[in-house]
Amino acid sequence: MVDHDAVVESIAAAQDRSRFRFRLIFALVWVVLILVVGGGMVLAAETDWDFVLTAGRTIIVLGAPITILVSVLSIFFATILAVLGALGRLSTNPVLNGIASFYVSLIRGTPLLLQIFFIYFALPQLGIVLPAIPAGVTALALNYGAYMTEIFRAGIQAVPRGQREAAQALGMPESLLMRRIVLPQAVRIVIPAIGNEFIAMIKDSALVSIITVHETLFLAQRIGRSQFQPVAALLIAGAVYWVLTIIFSFFQARLEQRLRRSDR
Amino acid sequence: MTASGHGYGTSVPQHLGEVIITAAGIEKWFGSNHVLRGVDLEVRRREAVMVIGRSGSGKTTLLRCINFLEEPTIGFVEIDGLRLDADPLQARSRAHQEQIRQMRLRAGMLFQDFNLFPHMTVLGNCIEAPVRVRGIGRDEAVSLAETYLEKVGLLDKRDEYPSRLSGGQKQRVAIARALSMEPKVLLFDEPTSALDPELIGEVLNVMEDLAHEGTTMIVVTHEMHFARDAADRIVFIEDGVIVEQGPPEQVLDDPRVESTRRFLRRFLDT
Repeated sequence: MVDHDAVVESIAAAQDRSRFRFRLIFALVWVVLILVVGGGMVLAAETDWDFVLTAGRTIIVLGAPITILVSVLSIFFATILAVLGALGRLSTNPVLNGIASFYVSLIRGTPLLLQIFFIYFALPQLGIVLPAIPAGVTALALNYGAYMTEIFRAGIQAVPRGQREAAQALGMPESLLMRRIVLPQAVRIVIPAIGNEFIAMIKDSALVSIITVHETLFLAQRIGRSQFQPVAALLIAGAVYWVLTIIFSFFQARLEQRLRRSDR
Repeated sequence: MTASGHGYGTSVPQHLGEVIITAAGIEKWFGSNHVLRGVDLEVRRREAVMVIGRSGSGKTTLLRCINFLEEPTIGFVEIDGLRLDADPLQARSRAHQEQIRQMRLRAGMLFQDFNLFPHMTVLGNCIEAPVRVRGIGRDEAVSLAETYLEKVGLLDKRDEYPSRLSGGQKQRVAIARALSMEPKVLLFDEPTSALDPELIGEVLNVMEDLAHEGTTMIVVTHEMHFARDAADRIVFIEDGVIVEQGPPEQVLDDPRVESTRRFLRRFLDT
């Protein structure tokens, strides 16, 4: 006679052990890599710990909030642009569709850095003067809006055709159908992708340091230069970006989990 | 085939009212594929018409042409006094789209895969269009929806999301959703084809009740027993034309046309 319970239990125990071993080794690899990479960088930067503490505090307190502010505002406006862009790209109206596709093509076809320069330095010559932060947010929102237009377009097209037909059969006009039936479902579909865009945005927001937005990288460069510790300051900035993306990745994973649980 | 398009010869059954749906000379091309080749169909008030035929015969296309989910290439449809002529060249024009919308308010549609709105509760599904399309008050819409949910036996699920329902329950909610718009007629497009066999009965029961209560309906179906029990008239379509129609006993038990006979023989074998 085989004792089934004992067999099942020993299999479960073995699985637990192997899962635990996996996690242990996984964590060890991270610790070793952080020590090796971090240690190498500390040596390379000839780190002065007093400098790291004071500069680090300044960068985190003054720079990181600006990085977050610029990223959040930019992703917000980019999302609005993306919804409009996607509706344009799917429109049967040739004017709207033309405008939307021109926008996407122009923005995706030119460098983000150039767009930032253009909005900050060239627009004033046309009489439009934007302070650094609004200019940076405008450039990032325009740029990300173009890429996210394609994400939203795919999301809208991923809503099953039957949803649209059911709404039509109930007599819904196109605008209502889009607002109440298609878009809410499309948003759920694209939320993971928007999370990725946001994490990319946190890092790309460093580009607006070039137009004197006092965000993380800008402060790091300025402090590093003035205290003759440029490498150490850059490492601090890098760590700030990394930690920010880790934090938001965590929230993103939780959000996705919740969306999956409400499983539609 | 009778010229009048109702298939009863000279004696229309007494419980039926006047003609409420007329589909006349309906033709539909998909590219070079001639799917409907001139269909005339009249449906009377309180009549339950079941459309049968092989897959690819055009029966689903006919149903979709009646509420213009497909724009017919040629022909016209009239539902409860509103006539709409096929106009494929102007199909996207605002005026034509608005007329189509008015047409659809008269005809509720049920789909093979239910198409409930997954982001709304059962009640939300049932009041969305009444409130936002018909413009009735929310309270009135709720009590209307509850009446119909009760009718399909799912009032206790009113706050559930569709993902928590079985296929049969989903289709019954879809029926309540369609009824909540208080349409003049119901169009069913193979409403049980996507269901597991043990769930088909609950949906057919609801539909049979509706038919016996005098709901005007056109049903595209493969359920022959149901058709026999619930239909006033059966319409057999082949290659995009109505080949034979009449009361169930006549069409199912004593088909006059060879192709109907062949279809039924094959169907009852498998």
